[in-house]
Amino acid sequence: MIQFFNVSKFYPNGVKALVGATLHIEKGEFVFLVGPSGAGKSTLIKLIFREELPTKGQIYVGGRSIIRMKRRDVPHLRRQIGMVFQDFRLLPDRTVFENVAFAMQVVGAGPQEIKRRVPEVLELVGLKERAQMYPRQLSGGEQQRVAIARALVNKPTLLIADEPTGNLDMDTSWEIINYFQEINRRGTTVLIATHAREIVDTLRQRVIALDRGRVVRDEHQGVYAHAT
Amino acid sequence: MLMQLRMALYVFQEAFRSLRRNGWLNFAAAGTTAVSLFVLGIAVLLVVNTNYISKTVESNVEIMAYLDRGLDQNDLKAIRTQIEATPGVKEVRFISKEEALATLAKRFGKESKLKESLGGTNPLPDAFRIRMSEPRQVASAAASINRLPGVEKVRYGQGVVEKMFKLTAWIRLISMVVMGLLGVCSVFLIATTIRLTMFARRREISIMKWVGATDWFVRWPFLLEGMILGAAGALVAVAVLGFSYSALTGKLQEVLAFLPVVRDYRVLIHLFEGLFTAGIGLGLVGSFISVHRYLRV
Ligand SMILES: Nc1ncnc2c1ncn2[C@@H]1O[C@H](COP(=O)(O)OP(=O)(O)O)[C@@H](O)[C@H]1O
Ligand SMILES: [Mg+2]
Repeated sequence: MIQFFNVSKFYPNGVKALVGATLHIEKGEFVFLVGPSGAGKSTLIKLIFREELPTKGQIYVGGRSIIRMKRRDVPHLRRQIGMVFQDFRLLPDRTVFENVAFAMQVVGAGPQEIKRRVPEVLELVGLKERAQMYPRQLSGGEQQRVAIARALVNKPTLLIADEPTGNLDMDTSWEIINYFQEINRRGTTVLIATHAREIVDTLRQRVIALDRGRVVRDEHQGVYAHAT
Repeated sequence: MLMQLRMALYVFQEAFRSLRRNGWLNFAAAGTTAVSLFVLGIAVLLVVNTNYISKTVESNVEIMAYLDRGLDQNDLKAIRTQIEATPGVKEVRFISKEEALATLAKRFGKESKLKESLGGTNPLPDAFRIRMSEPRQVASAAASINRLPGVEKVRYGQGVVEKMFKLTAWIRLISMVVMGLLGVCSVFLIATTIRLTMFARRREISIMKWVGATDWFVRWPFLLEGMILGAAGALVAVAVLGFSYSALTGKLQEVLAFLPVVRDYRVLIHLFEGLFTAGIGLGLVGSFISVHRYLRV
């Protein structure tokens, strides 16, 4: 699904955000990406959906090279990827329904399709009754579930979340993570960058650890950090 | 096909949503476009009228060739043939000295004792009156006619004609420059408006891109918004211009009846169509500049 070969990313200001990263993520995996802030987690994610291009190395997503990809093919890459962010990134002037429908309109879906599919994903994240509410009328956890619904609505094969629980309390965080697990059980590959030590340590999934731009650890059934 | 239709619908929805949301900004942009196009329209009308006036004056350009005394019919025929062969000449009419005197007497009035005071003699020469098909060649035609044997001297609006040609050339040039500058101003203002709109909607734009919108899908609503702003400005400009021009020329014809002004509504409709198209074009160019700069990811 995702392959990084010796990938480095240096920003124009000289920051070496990623240095010689090599990693493989298979289809259907559930992976935590951990590391202190500034370690390069967000950069790695931006490289996957081609918001940034690597300075060195080769990246494949779904069997296709990100670097050789033409500009006009980028939208098709992104349609395979669902994105969830720490700050939800919902449109405040649109209802829950409209926020999710927006993602379908953008890829040219028809009104019937939208009317059928949006309630389906809202049901999946338990927000069917909130469809006509605006983001500010919802709790943080609910807003994040709207964002997850939006990420899922176009049936991506890969779901990426950048610190999805960073703004949420522990109980709500667990709730959100449970949705990710459920989505993963249905066959979607999931990659989550996170600081939530307790969750990582409890779930015992694959953990890739970054530190100052380097992959310092990659283990199955891993934990957030080893005691030193 | 259905997909394209849906996209078009979406593009219109988004453009109008954005127009509603940034009311004052759009008002400013449409307003400046209106002012620019209004002044542009004035410049065009100025050019059109200058052309019209100079055409009218040009078509009245004529040469009087005064002849030597004592020429016979054969001489006259020969001179006439040579004048008719001169490039730019349209029409030649012979004016005998009797006819000239009669015209002169009429101009002095019935009671005048012009003929008596001349003591029965006629001091006026025979002449040819020459109309030009190419008024711009009047100077050279006059010079070559003046060289013909039997022609004593020629008269035409020496100087006046040349001055008028110079003046119209200047008015044309200045109007062009003014139009160009104002066009650039409109583009710049619409570009700024669209840039501000895009800045206000940067969140939406980035979300669109994350979920896989194509560049054109993101662009179109903004381009349409720019075109709508340009068109709205143009409509205002056309309305104000049409109203004030017809009022002004109406007044002008009362006061200065001899001044030829364009009142042909077909010309004006052409102009208004042109302004409208220009407004849309300016809006499109303006928004394209901003969209192009902003959407690089
Ligand atoms: N657009 C950018 N321009 C310059 N430096 C950046 C940019 N984005 C991130 N960085 C720097 O790259 C490093 C890694 O950042 P990031 O990938 O956001 O780490 P993390 O998500 O793990 O906190 C940091 O030092 C950050 O300051
Ligand atoms: Mg980060």
